[in-house]
Parts: sequence; structure tokens; C-alpha cells
Amino acid sequence: MVHAPILAIAIPLLGAFALPILAKLNRRARDLWAVGIALVTLVFGLAVAGQVFASGKPLVYTLGAPSPTASVTEGGFPIRIVLVVDALGAFAGIIALLAGAIGLFYSLQYLAEEEGKTLGTSLLLLLWAGILGLVYTGDLFNFFVFLEITSIAACALIGYRVWESRPPEAAFKTMAMYTLGGLLVLISVGILYGEYDALNIAYLSKLITGTLLDKLALGLLLGGLLMKAGAVPAHMWAPDAYGEAPAMATIVLVANTQAAIYALLRVVFTLFGGALATPGIGWLIASLGTVTVLVAVLMAVVQRHLGRLVAYGAVSQLGYMLLAVGVGVVAAGKGFGEVALKGGIFHMINDLASVGLLFLVIGAIRRAVGSVDLLSLGGLGHTLRWESGFFLLGALALAGIPPLNGFASKFLIYESTFKASPILAAIAVLSSILLLAVVVRAFHGVFLGPKARDVGPAPWGMLVAMGVLAVIIVVFGLFPGFFIERMVSPAVQALLGGRAAYLAAVLGG
Amino acid sequence: MSVVVRTVTRVILPVALAFGAYVIMHGHLTPGGGFQGGAVTASIVALLVVVYGGARLKGAKGWFAVLEDVGALAFVLLAFLGIGATFFRNVLAGSGGLFGAPVPQLGPNPGALDTAGTLPLMNWAVGLKVIAGLGSVVLLLSLFGREDG
Repeated sequence: MVHAPILAIAIPLLGAFALPILAKLNRRARDLWAVGIALVTLVFGLAVAGQVFASGKPLVYTLGAPSPTASVTEGGFPIRIVLVVDALGAFAGIIALLAGAIGLFYSLQYLAEEEGKTLGTSLLLLLWAGILGLVYTGDLFNFFVFLEITSIAACALIGYRVWESRPPEAAFKTMAMYTLGGLLVLISVGILYGEYDALNIAYLSKLITGTLLDKLALGLLLGGLLMKAGAVPAHMWAPDAYGEAPAMATIVLVANTQAAIYALLRVVFTLFGGALATPGIGWLIASLGTVTVLVAVLMAVVQRHLGRLVAYGAVSQLGYMLLAVGVGVVAAGKGFGEVALKGGIFHMINDLASVGLLFLVIGAIRRAVGSVDLLSLGGLGHTLRWESGFFLLGALALAGIPPLNGFASKFLIYESTFKASPILAAIAVLSSILLLAVVVRAFHGVFLGPKARDVGPAPWGMLVAMGVLAVIIVVFGLFPGFFIERMVSPAVQALLGGRAAYLAAVLGG
Repeated sequence: MSVVVRTVTRVILPVALAFGAYVIMHGHLTPGGGFQGGAVTASIVALLVVVYGGARLKGAKGWFAVLEDVGALAFVLLAFLGIGATFFRNVLAGSGGLFGAPVPQLGPNPGALDTAGTLPLMNWAVGLKVIAGLGSVVLLLSLFGREDG
């Protein structure tokens, strides 16, 4: 199990490349292989999280070294590529693992053979490996490489339905934004490498003093990551991508966005935590978050494409996370800063569960009816009973209705934001109410009303995948304290006081 | 294409192939490596498409897809060789035998080819993937928009 961090990345990679060859031999073998790879990855990923949460110390794995812990040479210089998983990385890893495993399981019965199931599954595994690498890596250049892996796999998946007109356009738009964001990150990495001759995050963090070049690098990194996350004003790719991608890919795309939030936290608190985590940066992120919430919710009101409607809901949730991160940076030393970070980090997994569930239901509707236009749908609740229940659950969780999980994390965000800035908090609460109106309208338009057509229910595999998310929504909503104490608090501590431990784990001493 | 172009292509082809293989094989000693050598070799595909037309090479599409997978798979499996110590550990270096010869002393030497352990093998894996990947890109671009593509 000492190799668990790298195996959680390497196994899906291996699975992705072996899958097309297996598919040429036997299609059943391919499906079994995909399930097997998903299970093995899940085991190793959860083992990583278990080790980190149990020991409370960051886990370091050095690639190519005589032993996994030999991360520095004699002079104390970290020359090799390292993976560093602290509590925050482990938490983000759990989100990615959940999304990938559920997406893969859902895809088995969702994707049609003649549409290119083999390539879709292979790309999904590749995207999964990329996200896990993104949250586990402790090396800035590798971070960029994994960013590119996720970008390319994500864009190919968004354009999966090439025979329709809109998916290729969405894929192209996303590709342009991801490439631009990746370029900003690359330039930033280049600046830091030129300045300090190092790429190891821990080592860089030790050296960074806050010069003008450092500020430039921080700005570029923030810009690139916010583009990747889909914050306003760089949000326009997200509704297209979420709306047009096949459902099993959308949930992993949401996890991909969460990985960008994780990276934002890592950059602000760990990489630049010693010198540049100033309140100004916090206010910038918080205001961008609030604008994102408001703009996305207002745009959701006018949508008639169900996928795009929920996609704008997803973008607004991302705004809440940014708001929490911003408040966390503004009030880093104070109690409510910690509460904000708790809310923001907890909201990552809650958002994945509620938005993911909604997208999986939309995928099932699309598969059964062939359309997701609100004006042409109606009365589906008579036949799609399970789906309508899941949609309502996901919609209420998305809008933050107690006792579901969205309420637990949003309440923490409101409370702490109110102490930092009542105006931002008021906008956040108002947007949440508006979002409730939007999702209730969507539910009414799709599921209620007279029975209009006969459609068959979704296959059991897809229902099970949705059911898992529904269980998470309810359990996390009923017992938020349990999960916050065991998973979220360690992650917040890893950010606020854990920078020294992170540095010590990699550099020794 | 004209006789001149076809004849010159036939002459250049083995030379370009050898140069590509050289760049891949010497990746650990001289500038180059799997990606660069693969790109050089894939340019042969571009040459063939120009001279003979993409339609005649259509059969290669399936082979390229398989080769690309094999290359990527080989790379990951080579990295797995070191899992006894750590992932990506160069277990063949310095172990004697093929690719495991001892590294010579610093100073002028004619270049000791078989000293880098798994690195040349990984270069070949990357090279294979790049040849197949860029090759299919060129091929697909030439076939794009055709009725029989």
C-alpha cells in the first residue's frame, strides 16, 4: 500500500490504454476490464485517503527514487518528481474517485455500442487519471501536464456526439478556454522556474519571497485556474460543455472543476502562503465568486434547454465555493475564516453529489425521450418514477433546502460571509432563493402535468449510479457534523496551519 | 505526382526512416528522444500521403490506432517495472546485460549507447505512440471530407 498514490493514477491510465485493444477482442471483456479498473483505482485511492486521515501527516511518494520517501538528495534539494497528498488532497481525491467510479458505472449501460462506447470509456478513464494526478501531484510542472491531460480528455468527451451540431461547437469553445488557461499556467510555471530554478511546490514555497515576478506568477496562475473553473467572466464554456457532454462525462467534468478549486486553494495557501496570501487576493476571489453566483443564476432563469439550465446552476455553485475561498483568505487568522473554508470545501463534495445527480437524471431523460427541451417535455413523472424522485432530491439539494447536504455547506458559507461582508452574503442568499425557483420550474415542466408519452425506465445500472449519489445527499445532509469533523476539518487545518507540515514532509526536517 | 517526385521519395524514404530511428535511439545521449524522432518518422507518412494520395494508405488507419495503444501501454508497463522500489525506478540501469552497461567516466568518449537502462525502451514506446498518433492525424486530414474516407 506504500505505492497507493501512484497506483491510483497509473492504474486508470493503464486501463485507458489497454481498453481499445481489449475491445477488439471481446466487448464483454472490455466492460469487465473497465469495472475492474474502476474498483482497483477506488481501492488504492481510498487507501491513500485512509492513510492520510489516520496519520494526520502528508503522504509523500517519490517517483524513480530508491525508496518512496527519498524525496531529496544529499544537499536537501528535491530533484525528483513527487506526489504529495495532504488532507486537502485526500479530500479532493475522494471527490474525484467518487465521480469517476460513478461515471464509469453509469456509462456501461448509458453509452450505445455504435456511438463509440470504447473510445468514450477510454477517454473517461484518461480524464479520471488526469484529475487524480492533478490533486495528488507535488510538482508544479507535472501539475501543468495533468491539467493538459484533463483538458484534452474533457474536450474529446464534450464533443462525443459529433453527429449533432452543438457538441463539436461546445468542445471547441471549451478547448479554446482550457488552452488559454493552460497557457497562463505554463507561463506562470516558467516565471517561477526561471526565478528559482525549481518546480517542486514545497521547495518553491520555501523560496518565494513576494517579488514583482512572484506577484505576476500568482496572477497568471489565478487567472488560468479561474478560467478552468469557469468563473465569470470566463464562464461561457461551462454551460455549453455541461449541457452537451454525455451525462457520464458531465459528472467527471464537475469533479474536474472542483480540482481547479482545489488547485486554487493549494496555490494561494501552500505555494504562495508564506508571502502573498493577502486580503486583497481574498477580496478579489470573493467578489468574483459573488458575481459568478449572481450572473449564473440569472442566466439559469431564461434557459429552456434542461442541460444548460442545470449547468448554470452548477456554475453558480462554483461561485459559492469561490466566495468561501475568498472569505477564507480575507479572514485567514480569524474564526470565521476557518468556517468559510469548511463551508467551501464541504460544498465541493455536496455540489458534486447534487449537480452530478441532476446531470445523470438528465442523461436518463435524454436516453428515454431523445430531447431535453423544456417546452417539449412534460408528464414524465408518470413513467420515470425513480428519475423524478432523484431529480427533485438533487434540485432541492442544489438550492440548499434543509435537511439536504447543500444546506449544510451553504449555511456555513452564509454565516462566515456575513461577518466579512453583509452585502456579499445577501446576494448569495438571494441567488439561492432564485435558484430554487428555477429548479422547481424545471421539475414542474419536465415531470408534472398530464402523461404525454410512453417511455421505458432507465436500466438498473444507471439507477444504481443515481441512487448512490442520492444516498450521499441525504446522509451528508442528516449528519454533516460527522463528515465535517472527520474529513473537512483536517483539510482546512492542512491549509491554515499545515503549510509547515507540507514543506517538512517533502524537504525533511 | 510526377516520376521525379516519386523517385526522390523512394531515395529519401530509407534515409528519413534511419534518421528518425537514430533520434529515438540516441534520445538519452543527444538532443532528441521519442517525441522528436517520432515526429521525424511520422513526416514520412506525410510524404507518402502527398506522393501517393491518402486513399492508398487508408488501410494503415487501423494499424496506427493499435500501434498508438501499444506504445502508450508499453510506456506505462515499463514504468511499472520499477514498482519493487518505486514507480518509474530505472531497474535496468547498471545491472549489466543489455542497456545495463556501466556509465563511463566523465570526459571525451565515443558515446556509450547501452547505459541508460529503461530510458531507451521508454523512448521507443513514446516514439511508437508519436509515429502512430501524428501518422493518423496526417492520414485523417488527407481523408477528411472524402466520400470513401
